[in-house]
Amino acid sequence: MLSHFKQKFRIWLFRPKIDQGTVTLTQRRIFILPTKQGLVLGGVLILMLLGDINYVLSLGYVLTFLLAMMAVMSMLHAFRNLAHLQIRAGRVDAVFCGEPAQFMLHFDNPSTLVRHQLWLRDLQGNKVSFDLPAQQVSQVAFSLPTHQRGWVQTGRLSLYTTFPLGLFHAWSYLHFDTQGLVYPKPLPFAPLPVSLAFNEAGKNHVAGEDEFAGLRAYTPGDALPRIAWKAFAREQGLQVKQFSTPVGAALLFDYLHTPERDVEAKLSHLTRWVLDAEAQGLRYGLRLLGSELPADHGVAHRDLCLQQLALFNPPSTMTQKAQP
Amino acid sequence: MNPSLIYFLLLSIAMVIAPHALHLPVWVSVLCGVVLLWRTLLTYFYKPLPSHKLLIVLTVASIGGITIEFQTVFGREVGVTLLVLLATLKLMEIRAARDVMALIFLACFIVITNFFYSQSMVTAVYMLATLFVVVTTWLHLETPNAQLKARFRLAGVLLLQAIPLTLILFVLFPRVQGPLWGLPQDAHASSGLGDTMSPGSLSKLSLSDAVAFRVNYESAVPRRNQMYWRGPVLWNFDGRTWTPGHNAFVMPPKFTELSQPMDYRVTLEPHNKSWLFALDVPYQLSIDATLTDDFQILSKAPVTSRLRYRARSHLVYHANVQELDTQLRRALALPAGFNPRTRELATTWRAQQKDDALLVNEALRYFNQQGFTYTLEPPPLGKHSVDDFLFNTKQGFCEYYASSFVFLMRAAHIPARVVTGYLGGEFNGVGKYYIVRQSDAHAWAEVWLSGRGWVRVDPTAAIAPGRIENNLAAAVQDNSAMSFMARNPPQWLRNLSLNWDAAANQWNQWVLGYDSERQFDFLTRLGMEVTWQKMVSWMGIGLALFIALFSAWMLRHLFHRTTDKIQDQWLTLCNRLAKVGLAREPSEAALAYAQRVAQLRPDLARPFLEITQGYNALRYGVAGQAEIKQQQWLVQAKQFARLINKTVSKLDS
Repeated sequence: MLSHFKQKFRIWLFRPKIDQGTVTLTQRRIFILPTKQGLVLGGVLILMLLGDINYVLSLGYVLTFLLAMMAVMSMLHAFRNLAHLQIRAGRVDAVFCGEPAQFMLHFDNPSTLVRHQLWLRDLQGNKVSFDLPAQQVSQVAFSLPTHQRGWVQTGRLSLYTTFPLGLFHAWSYLHFDTQGLVYPKPLPFAPLPVSLAFNEAGKNHVAGEDEFAGLRAYTPGDALPRIAWKAFAREQGLQVKQFSTPVGAALLFDYLHTPERDVEAKLSHLTRWVLDAEAQGLRYGLRLLGSELPADHGVAHRDLCLQQLALFNPPSTMTQKAQP
Repeated sequence: MNPSLIYFLLLSIAMVIAPHALHLPVWVSVLCGVVLLWRTLLTYFYKPLPSHKLLIVLTVASIGGITIEFQTVFGREVGVTLLVLLATLKLMEIRAARDVMALIFLACFIVITNFFYSQSMVTAVYMLATLFVVVTTWLHLETPNAQLKARFRLAGVLLLQAIPLTLILFVLFPRVQGPLWGLPQDAHASSGLGDTMSPGSLSKLSLSDAVAFRVNYESAVPRRNQMYWRGPVLWNFDGRTWTPGHNAFVMPPKFTELSQPMDYRVTLEPHNKSWLFALDVPYQLSIDATLTDDFQILSKAPVTSRLRYRARSHLVYHANVQELDTQLRRALALPAGFNPRTRELATTWRAQQKDDALLVNEALRYFNQQGFTYTLEPPPLGKHSVDDFLFNTKQGFCEYYASSFVFLMRAAHIPARVVTGYLGGEFNGVGKYYIVRQSDAHAWAEVWLSGRGWVRVDPTAAIAPGRIENNLAAAVQDNSAMSFMARNPPQWLRNLSLNWDAAANQWNQWVLGYDSERQFDFLTRLGMEVTWQKMVSWMGIGLALFIALFSAWMLRHLFHRTTDKIQDQWLTLCNRLAKVGLAREPSEAALAYAQRVAQLRPDLARPFLEITQGYNALRYGVAGQAEIKQQQWLVQAKQFARLINKTVSKLDS
């Protein structure tokens, strides 16, 4: 019964709901409670006051009251440090599993005050601190470690500050429903499926290994053997060798043709193939259980493939079949 | 850790312990200084902190040292010393924000312990400065990226905001008459008049400028030679030292034929003894105290904090005309085997003079005519101190005269006793009150004459009437041994000193002496009914009012509008357009927006495109090169706003 009311009170107080568009931190959205240090100071002040009374220390009263009143005023400063900020959720770039997902948030501070030492923290305890200069829109990246492919969300974030004296914790909840896509983690290395290479005419062809076409800058996910180590030795930075394939040749990456037995490992393998094929400028298609992307190339196509891989949901019967 | 934070912590701790440096054991002060310097150097050269082991050894060793030094681990002095040492050593192991916080709280605590020793105006100003540095240090934790200037500003703002609130609390917070628990024996240092008198005990005091008490006369001011402030009365003499002795049988004093009442207020500095001072002879007192059979006023407990009281004295009186035989016998007792020549002299006088009063005069004449001098640095006296003084050295301070006079009287069989206290006082024209300093300490004699009771006789007056009529400086020719203030400094310095004392007196009365009684008086005078409920509610109202004021002042920055009129007007236009369903996308540039609007609403196209171009030119173009003047553009924009309004009302209808 009591917990029911408690729950109701929390809902009334914190109004948990998904935030849309721009959130303005009004008075209603900012909460303040003393921190542990604040409570300790309270204890110290009570001790001081007892000492003042006992020893009749008039200046002691003055010091005790000064400290207490500074603490009280610091509550107002803490509130002001958050008040009237306008926050909008920004984009979230897709990442490979294991890399942190960066949730961009736009903080508009239209006031003439610098906001010191604000923190964003999620329920798992990931946090980031930042300052907001006056009259500027600042971008803050909240990074979340990823452990699983698919969509990732921050959940409810709390934006808080203990400025200026660390005695009061002023906070507000932000719950944007922005989500980031997490691709499967590519295998470190997997040779492209040679035997599976085909051209439109149906004639087998060695894919993408024909002609050396030049170098391009390394991006994460590139296969190690394709790195131009000689160029690296010449201090030209990490570069990747590119090969061209005869026009018309295309690869089809099929879920069932990956050697692994585990779903995630299969997807990792496919991810590697997609990345390598795209890096080599090949045309490639992707066939998963129940869906197929026709052969194509280009960043958009690659991202589409990766998204399919990220969101792939194996039919339960199929998984059973895969486990003899 | 940020080096700036460390330096500020070092400065904070140094400022906090500096006032203690003088009364701490020397080795503790030196150790603290060394540790502070060591820490500074470590930070400056980016060296690592010393190992945990070394710190533990250092801490244990110094705590051991303190225990040996004080022979105890309890008491205030030990507590303060420990706090200072621990705070200093803690500087050596700051690893997290929590350590910094602990040090800051510790620093605040040490500041308060300094008030045991001094609560003067200078101390108060120093406290504010210390607090400012401590708060700046504190702010480092929550503003790690800010400039130092910003931190100073913030610390200043916090302090300045707290001051009026503190004032309200200070005036209205209900005062409880302390102490809540027993004070340790060493809670207050003792100074001033003692309850024994031996050669040199008063001349030592005469070197001190310290204030004993201050007096405001409410009636007429007595003549200077009547300002005898009565203190301890001494009965017993062991040949060298006078002590109060022990009275087995107590009878309340009896005053008759009183006249010349004097009303006055005394603000007594704490002296850790229980006697209170009043003019001879005290008659009434506003606080609870006892009047002893020898007319001393004793308070219930030692005076450990500044004490205020009103008193009435009568300058003309007959005191204890009927005296107990036991008392008279005490007033005649002399130690056997001392001062044979003095006894002989007294016996000769007694043989010639039967009348006691005339014999007293005889003795005074003797002092006056036998070449006695008044000096602060008399030669030392031998075993027969009175003999030595009366017949050989003939140089002395008031205690020499009082002592030998009483001896003479007792030898001549006249009951007599020594009275110590203060004489006179310095008038402070600024504050209209008298300052009585330790250098005004004095000793005189009282003899008991039948029919008149106890009569005051001041033998010093016979040698150095200047001492009685003026002050010490008038009586002593060679004044090199006197305290500075008593030596008649130049007028300007004197004025300065009087002004300072007047301020200090106000400070003592209103700040340090603001106890439950004074609070009651003050609040009643303001027309407040003094109950704690009223005080607390007024306190709440006052605080709320000021906090509301500060909030308004602080939050005004949040509603700060851009001062750019053009931007303001442009945003107004955008809002108007948003109302008719033409909201600007956040990513849309002004011109792109205008073109989109133009496509959707050809009727608005021409004016809006023009306005947008003007806006771009005025806001982003080279200053002063726009084809359109700001005023012109504003007029245009307002017209356009009206146009949109019209379309809105059209839509509505």
